[in-house]
Amino acid sequence: MHEMSLAESVLEIIENSAAQHGSNKVHAVWLEIGQLAGVEVEAMRFCFDAVTRGSIADGARLEIIETPGMGRCLNCGKSMHLNERYDLCPECDMPVEVTGGTEMRVKELEME
Amino acid sequence: MCTTCGCGGGELKIGGKPHQHGHNQGELRFRRPNHEHDHTHDHGESTRRVQVERDILDKNNTFAQDNRGYFAAHGIFTLNLVSSPGSGKTTLLTCTIELLRGEMPVAVIEGDQQTSFDAERIRATGVPAVQINTGKGCHLDAHMIEHALEDLKPADHSLLFIENVGNLVCPASFDLGEAHKVVILSVTEGEDKPLKYPDMFAAADLMLLNKVDLLPYLSFDVQKCVEYARRVNPRIQVMLTSATSGTGMDEWLGWLRNRGA
Repeated sequence: MHEMSLAESVLEIIENSAAQHGSNKVHAVWLEIGQLAGVEVEAMRFCFDAVTRGSIADGARLEIIETPGMGRCLNCGKSMHLNERYDLCPECDMPVEVTGGTEMRVKELEME
Repeated sequence: MCTTCGCGGGELKIGGKPHQHGHNQGELRFRRPNHEHDHTHDHGESTRRVQVERDILDKNNTFAQDNRGYFAAHGIFTLNLVSSPGSGKTTLLTCTIELLRGEMPVAVIEGDQQTSFDAERIRATGVPAVQINTGKGCHLDAHMIEHALEDLKPADHSLLFIENVGNLVCPASFDLGEAHKVVILSVTEGEDKPLKYPDMFAAADLMLLNKVDLLPYLSFDVQKCVEYARRVNPRIQVMLTSATSGTGMDEWLGWLRNRGA
């Protein structure tokens, strides 16, 4: 359940950014979570609601943008979409190196 | 729960002492100058959208970089040992310490939710160890390591083992500043673990397939396990080890002596 720690980090980023912009109320939060980032989106929603309670982001809408897992075949070099880290290259049946979809970032905030 | 450093509402203990430091609620909490390049644009009168573009793990990664700098400055070779509970990590570690006795200074940071049993086992070998109890926390983070280092003060040019909380999921995401993550998988666990918990095997540079002395009594398929591990991480190195029979210990010690080379 590391989503709890991640949600706490999200709240810190929100609080810092709001303070910088002189705001004390955040209405919406956009997170970018890669498909291969090891984050359970539903757990993240649950934890976000829990940690933001009573904060400047209490009740804020959480928008999660899921970015696709991407990989490159180590044999043929072709890029492809990966649903799982262990997907093999459909053409070579060989392991694939992950090239995208591991990010987790706070993209944007809507604040007063 | 503490929202400044995620320290688990006072449950975190390092060396048996509660984790405490001033949390000045009024100040910005990142330790480095803020690198946000925000821009704002208005959406109506009352609200505005602000671009943030900040990695959720930024703060942990900043602490990890500080730890890495500390290790580099003191010539400390640090390994982050990760596994599920019961893989034989601590036994392998005590055996490794015995075999390296007199060769190089060794220090250990032990992570567990509760008890200091593991740190006591390590200290019984004569090596300094600090226990971090994460309370309900499921992983160690780089900030905890920074505090543990203040207590432990490993000798220059030493080998530092960080034994993470037994968990094949959460510790994968948290850089502690280590040179390598080493994943330990025991043959009593099933060869499909690398596919079931791919993030951890993807994050590790070395897999120790442990308790191989038990292989004659199990239907564990070593070749298949290695194939699965390489499927999620084509570059992972693999060694077969047993602290009980001594199998593979030469290879493992050789790797340690060469600092992972």
